[in-house]
Amino acid sequence: MTQTTPLWEVFIRPRNGLAHKHAGSIHAADEVLALQAARDVYTRRGEGNSIWVVRSADIYASDPDQTAENFDPAADKVYRHPTFYDIPDDVGHM
Amino acid sequence: MYSQGLIGADGRSTESAEFLARFQARIDAEDKIEPNDAMPEGYRRTLIRQIGQHAHSEIVGMLPEGNWITRAPSLRRKAALLAKVQDEGGHGLYLYAAAETLGVSREEMTEELLSGKAKYSSIFNYPTLSWADMGIIGWLVDGAAIMNQIPLCRCSYGPYARAMIRVCKEESFHQRQGYELCMALAFGTPDQKAMVQDALNRWWWPSLMMFGPHDADSQHSDQSMAWKIKRFTNDELRQKFIDATVPQAEYLGLTLPDPDLKWNDAKGGYDHGPIDWSEFWRVVKGQGPMARDRIKARKKAWEDGAWVREAALAHAAKRAARKIAAE
Repeated sequence: MTQTTPLWEVFIRPRNGLAHKHAGSIHAADEVLALQAARDVYTRRGEGNSIWVVRSADIYASDPDQTAENFDPAADKVYRHPTFYDIPDDVGHM
Repeated sequence: MYSQGLIGADGRSTESAEFLARFQARIDAEDKIEPNDAMPEGYRRTLIRQIGQHAHSEIVGMLPEGNWITRAPSLRRKAALLAKVQDEGGHGLYLYAAAETLGVSREEMTEELLSGKAKYSSIFNYPTLSWADMGIIGWLVDGAAIMNQIPLCRCSYGPYARAMIRVCKEESFHQRQGYELCMALAFGTPDQKAMVQDALNRWWWPSLMMFGPHDADSQHSDQSMAWKIKRFTNDELRQKFIDATVPQAEYLGLTLPDPDLKWNDAKGGYDHGPIDWSEFWRVVKGQGPMARDRIKARKKAWEDGAWVREAALAHAAKRAARKIAAE
């Protein structure tokens, strides 16, 4: 089998105070090269000031076939939202 | 939680004046500090103390309300209370994770809570004696917490600020469900009204103590304000809380248990009577009516959960071994 170069997921922080956000992926032999490649590919226009790379193989994702059972239960819990409770305008912002 | 989070914090720094000045310049420019950035040890220690104690407050804060879940008078109230307590557990987890970015482990923080070295908000050392307490806690305790937490969304430490944004967004229903519950009782039968008035009488002063000591006696305030870990002083936040709460009590037809509470035209806010600080310090130091029970409950949860944590790690090790064997 041909040896493949590992895939990495790239996360960029636009500026301090914001969370790193997924930008895309990159192929690289190790984390040093992955960071360099991510910098070259994803931050040529001042997109950020910090990069995280994570091996794609190390990411575990929820099963799309279980989307309904995972996430639908939140839909009928309207009492988790502030608008469920009627507060008269007279008492001020709450 | 929150203003009391700084109790026991050690903000002393040993770094060079040049380093501290450079750091302060970043803070003054409203630049956020992120985990890998250079920071004074005092800043790191102060945040670990504050965020850890804030997390402990969320976790211990589940106990007074958890006490009433099974006795909620309707399914609607039960679902709301359950959702609120569940949120508090989640908020504790966000905060522990934010503290871990500073190089402390969740286990270390838990040990400090259980040994009494770390504190949590004094408010949770009071008992929840009636169903009306669920309304008053949502209205006053969460109201005071929100007053404290909104400015923390702009805290200079990025991971803490981001956790607080999530917490504040989720928490907006907590105060409203509490006030709505108080409305149901205050506009209900005379007995119901008396019950909610009694709860208000018991929780009013402890709620004001949540903001921490007066500014003149708050030894960690200056450094924390300079580092923008906190944005308003204890007394400023307490005043905002009182000014917002008085009209809400009037609407309910309830009386706040402070004969000295009156509008002061000159300052554009309410004056209030003296706070019993000897009670505050007693409760902070673990002599509150429920302090022993709270720590006992957390110890029991930690010890009873030990076999689950061990089993999960053993199972993970077994799966890893199987995976290696299959390759």
